[in-house]
Amino acid sequence: MSSIFYKTIAELSAMLAAGETTSVEITQAVIDRTAAVDDKVKAFLSTDADDALAQAKASDERRAAGKAIGPLDGIPVGIKDTLAVKDQPLRCASKMLENYVSPFDATCIVKLREAGAVIWGRLNMDEFAMGSSTENSAYQTTGNPWNLETIPGGSSGGSAAAMAAGEAIATLGTDTGGSIRQPAALCGVVGMKPTYGLISRYGLVAFASSLDQVGPFARTVEDAALLMEAMLGKDPLDSTSIAPQGETNYAEALKEKKGPWRLGVPREFFGEGIDPEVKANIEQAIDWYKRQGCEIVDISLPHSELAVPVYYIVATAEASSNLARFDGVRYSHRSEEAKDALTLFTKSRGEGFGDEVKRRIILGTYVLSSGYYDAYYLRAQKVRRLILGDFENAFEQCDAILTPTSPTPAFKQGERSDDPLAMYLSDIYTISVNLAGLPAISIPSGFTESGLPIGLQVIGKAFGEAEMFAVANAFEQGHNYAQQTPTL
Amino acid sequence: MEYEAVIGLEIHVQVKTRTKMFTAAPYEYGAPPNTLTDAVVLGLPGTLPVLNHTAIEKCAKLGLMLGCEIAEVCKWDRKNYFYPDSPKNYQLTQNEEPLCIGGKVEIELPGPSRNVEGEHRWVQLNRIHLEEDPGKLTHEAFETVIDFNRAGVPLAEIVTEPDMSSSTEAVAFLNCLRNMIIYAGISDCDMEKGQMRCDANVSLRPVGSEKLGTRTEMKNLNSISNVKAAIEYEIERQAEILDDGGKIIQETRRWDVDTASSFSLRSKEEAHDYRYFPDPDLMPVQMDRARVAELEAELPERPLDKQRRYQTDLDLPFTITSVLCVNRELSEFFEEALKTHNAPKQIANYITNDLLRELSEASEHGESALSVGECKLTPEHIGTLAKIIDEGVISKQIGKEVFTEMFKTGDMPDAIVEKKGLKQSNDTSEIEALCREAIAGNAKAVGQYKDGNEKALNALKGPVMKATKGKANPGMLDQLLKKLIDEGE
Repeated sequence: MSSIFYKTIAELSAMLAAGETTSVEITQAVIDRTAAVDDKVKAFLSTDADDALAQAKASDERRAAGKAIGPLDGIPVGIKDTLAVKDQPLRCASKMLENYVSPFDATCIVKLREAGAVIWGRLNMDEFAMGSSTENSAYQTTGNPWNLETIPGGSSGGSAAAMAAGEAIATLGTDTGGSIRQPAALCGVVGMKPTYGLISRYGLVAFASSLDQVGPFARTVEDAALLMEAMLGKDPLDSTSIAPQGETNYAEALKEKKGPWRLGVPREFFGEGIDPEVKANIEQAIDWYKRQGCEIVDISLPHSELAVPVYYIVATAEASSNLARFDGVRYSHRSEEAKDALTLFTKSRGEGFGDEVKRRIILGTYVLSSGYYDAYYLRAQKVRRLILGDFENAFEQCDAILTPTSPTPAFKQGERSDDPLAMYLSDIYTISVNLAGLPAISIPSGFTESGLPIGLQVIGKAFGEAEMFAVANAFEQGHNYAQQTPTL
Repeated sequence: MEYEAVIGLEIHVQVKTRTKMFTAAPYEYGAPPNTLTDAVVLGLPGTLPVLNHTAIEKCAKLGLMLGCEIAEVCKWDRKNYFYPDSPKNYQLTQNEEPLCIGGKVEIELPGPSRNVEGEHRWVQLNRIHLEEDPGKLTHEAFETVIDFNRAGVPLAEIVTEPDMSSSTEAVAFLNCLRNMIIYAGISDCDMEKGQMRCDANVSLRPVGSEKLGTRTEMKNLNSISNVKAAIEYEIERQAEILDDGGKIIQETRRWDVDTASSFSLRSKEEAHDYRYFPDPDLMPVQMDRARVAELEAELPERPLDKQRRYQTDLDLPFTITSVLCVNRELSEFFEEALKTHNAPKQIANYITNDLLRELSEASEHGESALSVGECKLTPEHIGTLAKIIDEGVISKQIGKEVFTEMFKTGDMPDAIVEKKGLKQSNDTSEIEALCREAIAGNAKAVGQYKDGNEKALNALKGPVMKATKGKANPGMLDQLLKKLIDEGE
């Protein structure tokens, strides 16, 4: 039997219901595990054990009074440092917000609290979610629990590593171009990015507003489904949030939806740049589905090679504007050398932001400049529609799309730090999904010879989460990768 | 050389709403600094804007009032620039697809004298769009402080075409615009409170030329007299440069009230690149045509339309209509009073003379006059008063006394007449006896009257009115006196 901190929500929820454990016991186990391993993993930027235990105690009291809420009641969920939790630091792993404490809860946090979850700690990330390795954190470098010398992926690297290391039962991340799925793949856990608008962005510190989505990390597809059910819904505080359409009892639907499915495989995703071990692994996974009776459809996403350049125009343009509010005037880092309004801005921003953030702000400022706007931003938006069109065409022939999540397994720390372009290509299979606003999930699909996890991405139709979860669940049920844990 | 000025105005008007443009924080003028803020107003990390639909409707109503076309869809853009009064360092505005398109405003130029109506003409508008107000900076000796109360207040920006040619036209435009906005209930347009602010674009061209000259933009015009002074100053400044063979530099200038002059803020080369792009946090607004039609039906009559109607249909003179029509409340009070007694001239006179005088006298410390809504009089009071005068119940003279009394107490005029026993005396025998006494007592006046001086009669009426406490029917008195004097010959 696995340690309590490696159990799933479904298992723990059954144990809680049966009186075999308590939320305090689970939470304490997670706290102790974190104390034991986080010196090595460095997934958390900060923790608040007293606060977590108080929430756990409240959950146990609720249960004792016969008022347990549901499967998430009493489950500790770790939170990425870009999601606002009332009275907790909200630093986005940046010096810019070193002393900032959020006065309010993000809507997804409100909803998790309503479901009884225990909100636990602040997880490391690339500064302002910009990066694919979590090395851009201004505070610490997180190790991949499967090999601490490698990166956990990013930007939600802390959320993925904490899962792999047993430092939380579930975690939340955010995904703008792959920031949940890529680290999930690299850390051998489940990570899911919903349809754009399904979860409110209120309380998510904006990087690229038209691409950002909150999503769960979990040990199993079922757990991810349970977290999604708790968090989704139209929010009056986010105009871009949308009331869900279709089936939303995802966890229940898993038991009924058994396929077989028509599964699209985009030929463009298996060309240049893919690691041979990853390629072989994903081909095996596709073959497994075929053996289960699924129809494998050869599809084309002809504009996918444009996804990375389009992304780095749209995302940086929005970021350059979104990050303008960090100016030293109200709550962000203020330079001591500021002499007037101009140097207050320039010095504070110069000192507060790291290199990658500055690089993207400069890029975004450039593409929005008068005279360049049409050539870059406007054109990128047009290509973005073509990319969406590719998916719409593909989904006429299939129910879901299978791809690798990341072209390579976890790479060595520092290996790509000086090569932003190589780093940007880490998200080559995930970015187009954000540009099209679709849901996608990464699930563990095996290991490399050197023991690093590999992830399979299942892309669903817009609001087709139920189907997407079912396809992913089928693979998970047929394999035991979800039960494997690293040695720390 | 002789030049013709070409002037366009940009007017920012705070739209009167309970809450701000993109959040539920309330707004009112004069609250202690930074008390009307919330996480969204301050641009705290993770916050998002949510549209205030009342602001959209009010701005659409403003557009309809000013003859604009209301867009099928309007969208939000970000205007990016760094300034400490801007919490997000971008302003949400409508650059590409504004809510109101085109439009025109009828203006009334000053006449040759106060009592004579001036010429009317139309000023073309380019557009009206909505945006959010920034906070307010106050520069103190060694520091600058920021009040974010104003930040996020809905602001309608009205942009005219370069369609005016003098400061007089610009002032007339602003006055008429202001009236219409107040009429439509969009804003109180108090320039001292920053509810209405104006920038002026001015260029010169040789008289007869069609080609527009290089323009400058004048900022910080916070009163109508500033607008007038700044435009006149700018016309003169540009004319001097052109006369000296110089060239006008396209630039933004700031009006300095203290020195009554302007200085350059930034040239075209130094102008901000605002890096406009569509805001990804707000959805485009689809304007419901049925709702737009409803808003149009709710519009009040435009002040100058009303003035024309009063002059044509009610035969009221400009001296009256110009007072009555600038104030919607006053004109509605007037029309309501007509329902009690349809005597437009009399009632208009009571309102524009007696009522306004009493209102101004009743104001505390003489600061600002009370408004019609703040006094005890209702339209029915004035209608009834006019009615009982017309019916001969009291005289006009007594009417003045009744007016003062009812203004003070709020009692109805007939009740006052009853209570004070002011009913006009139509008792011929009593009045005749008094007339005889008066004639007997003032031979000089009688003589003057006989010599053709009608006014001399007044000296005879006086004692009669005094004896009857003013209640003698003046018409009857006049007739009787004449009759008795004639008979006495």
